[in-house]
Amino acid sequence: MNGGAMRDQWYPVAIAAQLPQKGRDSLLLGEPIHIATDETGGARVTDGAGRILPIISRYGHIWTSLGQPEQDLFPIPEADQPGRRLVDVGSVKVRCSPLRAVENFLDIAHFPFVHTDILGSEPHTEVERYEVEIRDDVDEVWATKVKFYQPQAAKSAQGGITTEYMYRVPSPTCSILYKTSPPRPGEWDVITLFVQPLTEETCEVWPWMALFDDDSSMTDMIHFQQMIFVQDRSILENQIPALLPLDPGKEIPTRADMTSIAYRRWLKRHGYTYGAQLVAA
Amino acid sequence: MKLYDYILSPSCYRVRLMAALAGIKLELRPVDFHPGAEHRGPELLALNPSGTIPILTEGDLVLTQSTAMLTYIAATHAPEWLGDDKPAMRAQVAQWLAFAQRLTDSAGAARLHDMLQMPGDIVKLRLAATRTLRELEAAISAARRRGRIFLAGDRPTIADIACFPYVALAPDGGLPLDAYPSIRLWMRAVRGLPGFVEMPGIHRLHELMPEPGPQPDVVRKESA
Repeated sequence: MNGGAMRDQWYPVAIAAQLPQKGRDSLLLGEPIHIATDETGGARVTDGAGRILPIISRYGHIWTSLGQPEQDLFPIPEADQPGRRLVDVGSVKVRCSPLRAVENFLDIAHFPFVHTDILGSEPHTEVERYEVEIRDDVDEVWATKVKFYQPQAAKSAQGGITTEYMYRVPSPTCSILYKTSPPRPGEWDVITLFVQPLTEETCEVWPWMALFDDDSSMTDMIHFQQMIFVQDRSILENQIPALLPLDPGKEIPTRADMTSIAYRRWLKRHGYTYGAQLVAA
Repeated sequence: MKLYDYILSPSCYRVRLMAALAGIKLELRPVDFHPGAEHRGPELLALNPSGTIPILTEGDLVLTQSTAMLTYIAATHAPEWLGDDKPAMRAQVAQWLAFAQRLTDSAGAARLHDMLQMPGDIVKLRLAATRTLRELEAAISAARRRGRIFLAGDRPTIADIACFPYVALAPDGGLPLDAYPSIRLWMRAVRGLPGFVEMPGIHRLHELMPEPGPQPDVVRKESA
């Protein structure tokens, strides 16, 4: 039995609109699973023993769990808001800890160096002070009032703008980013990173978006997000140690890393340690 | 020129890179290759029955092989990149263009397998890619001993552009390049070319770093 407390969480395993016609083998928390299309055209997910696993179809994806989830999948109220375009970005496999994939998504400081001239640029490298909290009522990590100068914040952005961000971690391998919508400055664009933990050191990443953008084609929006994520991929595959350290060790965080520190604390508090390193390196 | 393009495709990147180096602007038509498989849809199959991207069109001309696109861009806008000064150089360029296909079939297929869930025997693909990379390492190493770094002569040609993307992205398919010092210096030389553009997974040279230039220490010592 792998996964500990993470067994009872929901994980994305397929795009709901593109179910594998011939079935597809995959892994979840190191255990084999099979994703197939049933007689009615719906999704069916089974484990290695052929047991039918519970599924939820939401936010463009099929979600499943190896354990007994006590709670429904986390809410994203913006997903139902009229006027948004919902974008299935498609999956990318990464040889990194599923927790490291989420942690990288929470980081702002790498934008000018990895997403050069898109999400950041030199010399605008400073991360201003922002606020981070673990919200006990909803049991989520939140970072708010994050501001960053971006040359091209989204496909819909015309030139550089200072973008405001909010980050939210509602489950150990999922994060939701809210950022200023370039065409509608009063609203937040929603960009998510849903991560399927294949093993402790490999994962399948399923980004999904709910954007205000009436002009860009669907393909343009997909490509923009794939470009951003694949720029991260080679960095993620070279992080050492491969597992995410949860105890203070050789890493010295800076003020810009406050979200990461809160995320690691929250993981440790709940025993969400699949893909984590518990002994200081 | 209109390029049917996918941001993550190394073959499409070949064409974008060559156009940037030649100083011409392409009209880009994004294709939803993943997850949408648009390249196998009716509109693109009508243009290219083999169901691959990139596709380059100009007037009545439709090209479906990226190395042919490099030849066309160079011939129309930057003939020095064809490398046809002498018969031997011209033949070597042609040889490297064919070699580039082996990189696509091995390292490229390993990357698609590892990154985008494409089918393939990953062990066999990595073995074939390793053999191909070793050949390339040996060739560049030999060129370096003659004081050169580029594949077909003393300046970059379409041969370098054809081989560069699949080599630089080999780590995406579980093929680290640490063991290939000459390949890494050659990649640095390509990334340092005026007008170079990056693609996801290939980073530009950091502007604050001193540029080491194409001549590594070993060459200087040997020629001294």
